[in-house]
Amino acid sequence: MTPVATPFFFYFLAALTLLSAILVITRKNAVHSALALILGLLAQAGLYLMLYAPFVAGVQIILYAGGIMVLFLFVIMLVNLERSQKEEQFNRQKVAGTLAAIALGGLFVAVFIRGKALFPASSNQIAEGSNTQQVGELLYGQYMFAFEIASLLLLVAIIGAVVMAKKRI
Amino acid sequence: MLDYVTSYLSSNTTPGQAGNLVWALIYILIVFGGVSVAVMAMNWLERKALAHFQIRLGPMRVGPHGLLQPIADAIKLLTKEDIIPERADRLVFWIAPLIILCASFAVYVVIPFGPTHAITDLNIGILFMLGVSSLSVLGVVMAGWASNSHYPLIGSLRSSAQMISYEVAMGLAVVSAILMTSLNPSGTGTLSMIGIVEAQQQQQIWYLFKFFPLGFIAFAIFAIAMVAETNRAPFDLPEAESELTAGFHTEYSGLRWSLFMLGEYAAMIAVSSIAVTLWLGGWLRPFPNALTGATWDLAFSLFPGFLFLSLAAVAWVGVIRMPKHPYFRIQTLGLAGFGSVLGLIGLVLFVPPVRDRIQDIFWFTAKVAFFMYMYIWYRATFPRYRFDQLMRVGWKVLLPISLAVLIGTAVAGMVL
Amino acid sequence: MVPITTLHYLVVAAALFMLGVIGVLTRRNVVIVLMSIELILNAVNLNLVAFSRLWGLHGQIFAIFVITDAAAEAAVGLGILIAFFRNKETVNIDEVDLLKW
Repeated sequence: MTPVATPFFFYFLAALTLLSAILVITRKNAVHSALALILGLLAQAGLYLMLYAPFVAGVQIILYAGGIMVLFLFVIMLVNLERSQKEEQFNRQKVAGTLAAIALGGLFVAVFIRGKALFPASSNQIAEGSNTQQVGELLYGQYMFAFEIASLLLLVAIIGAVVMAKKRI
Repeated sequence: MLDYVTSYLSSNTTPGQAGNLVWALIYILIVFGGVSVAVMAMNWLERKALAHFQIRLGPMRVGPHGLLQPIADAIKLLTKEDIIPERADRLVFWIAPLIILCASFAVYVVIPFGPTHAITDLNIGILFMLGVSSLSVLGVVMAGWASNSHYPLIGSLRSSAQMISYEVAMGLAVVSAILMTSLNPSGTGTLSMIGIVEAQQQQQIWYLFKFFPLGFIAFAIFAIAMVAETNRAPFDLPEAESELTAGFHTEYSGLRWSLFMLGEYAAMIAVSSIAVTLWLGGWLRPFPNALTGATWDLAFSLFPGFLFLSLAAVAWVGVIRMPKHPYFRIQTLGLAGFGSVLGLIGLVLFVPPVRDRIQDIFWFTAKVAFFMYMYIWYRATFPRYRFDQLMRVGWKVLLPISLAVLIGTAVAGMVL
Repeated sequence: MVPITTLHYLVVAAALFMLGVIGVLTRRNVVIVLMSIELILNAVNLNLVAFSRLWGLHGQIFAIFVITDAAAEAAVGLGILIAFFRNKETVNIDEVDLLKW
């Protein structure tokens, strides 16, 4: 199956992702930030699809957009204060922080230029049909130990979150 | 240009896979139009069937036997005043029904009405469906929060907690059905919707009956979880009038409320389609492998025509029983016209070219219609679950049973 | 039109990372800081999946693990936030200074 209008979709999805990221960090209202983040996560799932990673895209939609963001929205509804929207939104180190982030971006550019020999210019086509099957084989074969550790981590996180959010233990 | 349009007809795949934008758009329009008509029909059927369950008649006035009632409802909702609460967050208030609507309708892209009759066939089809239908929880949360009023807030919190609880049991039931697709000779399963039905055809058994009773229990878990997922009775505490004055959509009026209703019915049809595809054999006719042969194929292929003719007969019985009063003349004529149209469709469905092409779509739609009727039947029959009972059922009953069914299916697949 | 190469995805990921870092360093609302951390994790994921296109599926596996860890971390972080919010009725991260001398 031949991909259709790849440059258009890439620029559209990339612009959507970056625009939603900018909205996340600039909105006063935390619920608007959460909505913008959901839009960004869905656009990123589209970018994963363009990178021939449909399983990761599906996992992103189910877990990130459908799970983690629901959690964020619940907590925002719990702790939402009218007062916090009228306060100053950016703290005292906003200039220093932005400059530090730009310096970090400069570091990325420097690393890319120096290490350019490691990056192949063109991408080879991967067969699309069996991505889920291959991911499953790798996940339950080579990365089985990491899989079990991840499940243990989730168990610890569940217990920790429940204990911390309880009023009386 | 014309070549681009006609080249799809000779390829044996879905438009999405063939990369044909024009035909994909045509299929999208057909599916969305069909779903909208189905939602209106479902609205009518629910009111009539619920009424007959409660030994009353339901809408009788607006058209013959209330057939035009959905249109009257639509006109009423469109012309109502659009009220937004004063301190509500306008952006989120506006966007919440849109999220539910988009999430419910985006699922229709992968629903298979036949071996090549889908808008597209993603090879992560079922994963996509589960993920996108879980996005409607976000719309529910935001609808309740944006209304800036306590009934909607409590209703939306309860509704979203219920939806995410039953998603887990739904997902595990789906996984146990997907496990069964890997039991074919090549040893690899598939997540694509068309592939699941073809696996059932290949393994010559509907997954409902496979490893009996494991397939059946998985189907039952999914059937219960899908009713809870769409906030329908008996799990409709968050939106019941006597409990929370309509829950998360209390403050929505007119067109916005109708978007919620549209999204709810569309979600019902979507999850019923998942159940039909995974366990009931999708577009396969009953007994595709037990009763084979040309005569049985012919007998089953006459079914759609006979169904529409019997519906036409029921409509004509209604015509005969109409009161013989001049005030009822228009209604009698209307019902007679409706009956004639149904009879005409039935006769057209007997013509061999149409009859052969309509089989897959008809059987799929008939099975989904069966599930829709079961939804209405549940609403009329079962008392409502209290919220703590509802959460207990979701976490303490359905989840362990679905885990046990999953392990049982895996063991049965290895051993048998 | 220039064909879309891996570099394009890396640039998007770097920009997302920078925006996330700006969010973490400059915002006062704790929930928005946590959401900026999610942006950073997403940027890393995009990077991993972009490279997995060239060098095999290991990048995608790692991305799945990163998503799992992000879920666990968001749950724990929000639990801490709720516990703190119950003590002091604020979501301002500058006022989390009880242990400052």
